Amino acid sequence: MFDSLQERLSGVLDKLTRRGALSEADVTAALREVRVALLEADVALPVVKDFVEGVREKAVGQEVLRSVTPGQMVVKIVHDHLVETLGSESVGIDLRATPPVGIMLVGLQGSGKTTSCAKIAKRLQEREKKKVLMASLDVRRPAAQEQLKVLGEQALVATLPIVPGEPPVAIARRAMQTGALEGYDVVMLDTAGRLAIDEELMAEVAAVRDAAKPHESLLVADAMTGQDAVTVASAFKERVDLTGIVLTRVDGDARGGAALSMRAVTGCPIKLIGVGEKLDALEGFHPDRVASRILGMGDVVSLVEKAAETIEAEEAEKLAKKLQKGTFDLDDFAKQLQQMQKMGGLSSMMGMLPGMNSAQMQQIKNAKLDDGMVKRQLAVLSSMTPKERQKPEIIKASRKQRIAAGSGTTVQEVNKLLKQHKDATRVMKRVQKMGKKGMMRGGLGGLMGGGNPFG
Amino acid sequence: MSDTTQEKKGGWFQRLKAGLTRSSSKLGDGISGIFTKRKLDDQALEELEELLITADLGVTTAARLTANLAKTRFDKDVDPEEVREALAEDIAGILEPVARPLALDPAKKPNVVLVVGVNGSGKTTTIGKLATHYRREGLSVRLAAGDTFRAAAIEQLKIWGERSGCAVVAGKQGADAAGLAFEAVEQAKAAGDDLLLIDTAGRLHNKAELMAELQKIARVIKKVEPQAPHHVVLVLDATTGQNALTQVGTFKELVEVTGLVVTKLDGSARGGVLVALAEKFGLPVHVIGVGEGAEDFRPFTARDFARALVGLDQNK
Repeated sequence: MFDSLQERLSGVLDKLTRRGALSEADVTAALREVRVALLEADVALPVVKDFVEGVREKAVGQEVLRSVTPGQMVVKIVHDHLVETLGSESVGIDLRATPPVGIMLVGLQGSGKTTSCAKIAKRLQEREKKKVLMASLDVRRPAAQEQLKVLGEQALVATLPIVPGEPPVAIARRAMQTGALEGYDVVMLDTAGRLAIDEELMAEVAAVRDAAKPHESLLVADAMTGQDAVTVASAFKERVDLTGIVLTRVDGDARGGAALSMRAVTGCPIKLIGVGEKLDALEGFHPDRVASRILGMGDVVSLVEKAAETIEAEEAEKLAKKLQKGTFDLDDFAKQLQQMQKMGGLSSMMGMLPGMNSAQMQQIKNAKLDDGMVKRQLAVLSSMTPKERQKPEIIKASRKQRIAAGSGTTVQEVNKLLKQHKDATRVMKRVQKMGKKGMMRGGLGGLMGGGNPFG
Repeated sequence: MSDTTQEKKGGWFQRLKAGLTRSSSKLGDGISGIFTKRKLDDQALEELEELLITADLGVTTAARLTANLAKTRFDKDVDPEEVREALAEDIAGILEPVARPLALDPAKKPNVVLVVGVNGSGKTTTIGKLATHYRREGLSVRLAAGDTFRAAAIEQLKIWGERSGCAVVAGKQGADAAGLAFEAVEQAKAAGDDLLLIDTAGRLHNKAELMAELQKIARVIKKVEPQAPHHVVLVLDATTGQNALTQVGTFKELVEVTGLVVTKLDGSARGGVLVALAEKFGLPVHVIGVGEGAEDFRPFTARDFARALVGLDQNK
């Protein structure tokens, strides 16, 4: 459904290969595509307009570097401007205040406040060694207070005892008092979900803020939010003086344009992002990664970092040596597949790869190139003898039948795997010539046999 | 939600109107701004397209609707009312085929409805509302607390069961959701219930293993009742942007979604993505959610939605 900005721009700008500086006309043509790309990524229209103007100013007259096409040049300018708008450095939760430091979470219904509350509490307790108390001020949704209590038990974070019928402002006061009396460093206030246009409830949250005087007021917002993001963010900003934004469900496949919209209208930094259902699935915000994602360029940086974390340095070195010698055997192939599983499975990796558009994702889906396939391939590999793995070329018909039977697969699947290995070896050789950066871009895609524009 | 707040809010029709008006007044104002004493020229068309985009209709749909308008009315003097009427008509035309209520078959004991969606879209609340509604119609309704993942989701559904007077089949947190669904269908069948509403844990559509778990629930239900689930309802948050298209596409492909419920339309989000969804998938939109109370849902009517979307019928 979404074409990456790179693809869009290549259509418009391919004619302009190497022509010195970008002219006003070139930039206008390119910016039309930038606008559509941003809108498709759910960046709010007023924000898109300002953004496009900002890019225009920077781009017109800009020299096109010798090694890139005008399209790539524009992508670079857009990307840099996007990173700048998103806030060039990551900002964490600010705890520099007299304890107990109040942190209030606000947002629409279902944006993920309660889960985020527990995640942040756990993070502060474990990483910053803070003593944290959580209190649910949500007296509206059935069992919401119970939910926070259960999450507290799971995360080993204390929660304020529930007093049935107590109104939110009173709970907030009691939480801050308990926090002060019992020596907590941080008190987290999880408020009920409310609509930005619900006067009564917006007044209530303002009253809570006045009573508790939180040091941080964080807006929790869903990464899938559409154009409404600006309305929501500016309304909450106006009523409760937001200090930051927590973006949830970033592990989904939404482009996350809401991040840009909210950052732009509130000027508040995005402090944390939620990346999963587990209580430790919370990460700092890296503007450059989100920028790449909004533009549909794939989260190259994240992929590289994630790969670096998982692949032990030693392993990598060994692999590199083997590559140099051209002896990338099936044992290495198996190791790669296992590493891929460690990195969160194929589906999460594919989402991060550049140049994978939705049509290709669909193809992969159709080709059943899912995590189950990786498991089956590992089964095939483990049904081979060590000798077979070292010298794949000895695997002929009867060995294939044995391997298929042993792994509960078919001969076709064994063949497919052997072919993939062969392709991978070829890609690896080419990668060697391109250097390490090239490997991350073309290598993994090529490895899986998926068509990709860089391979 | 307490009973007093519900009384204060007044009749349901007014609240629907109030809800939808809030969602659309901005769009309406915008249209007046563009067209008051002006010709429908290129610039006006572009601005119109942008207004549709701000309602989450998406670039493609917005462009198509605008082009349609240009074909018949380009360069003529037009007043804003006329533009709105024409737009509303076009949008209603797209939405008309999908405005279909959830059709329960009285012969089926039970009608099994599986409720699915991403996290936080409002599945449990929607079940509470539907349960209340069908109980009032005199049906015997059973609920299954199939969200065994989220903390206190079971308690939340139990409270809705108490409020609406429905039996709730529930296990422990962390229990197997498919097993629970199986048990619920058996119980509903034995009791001769009219309707069984099965709640499920929220899941992002791009998580293969969670989607497989959902497929398993549907599969296991069939062992008790081969035709079930008779309906698979996807609950969609109206604040969702263009990702709704991927969301619906994936759920539809993997668990054969039969219809949609759109929630949180009482907010400032306008739910314009519904138009794109109707064009692309043609899935029925059964009801819309306009609040947190048991009464806060309405049937989906194409004309009303379309007119409200472009800012018509506001002050009547």
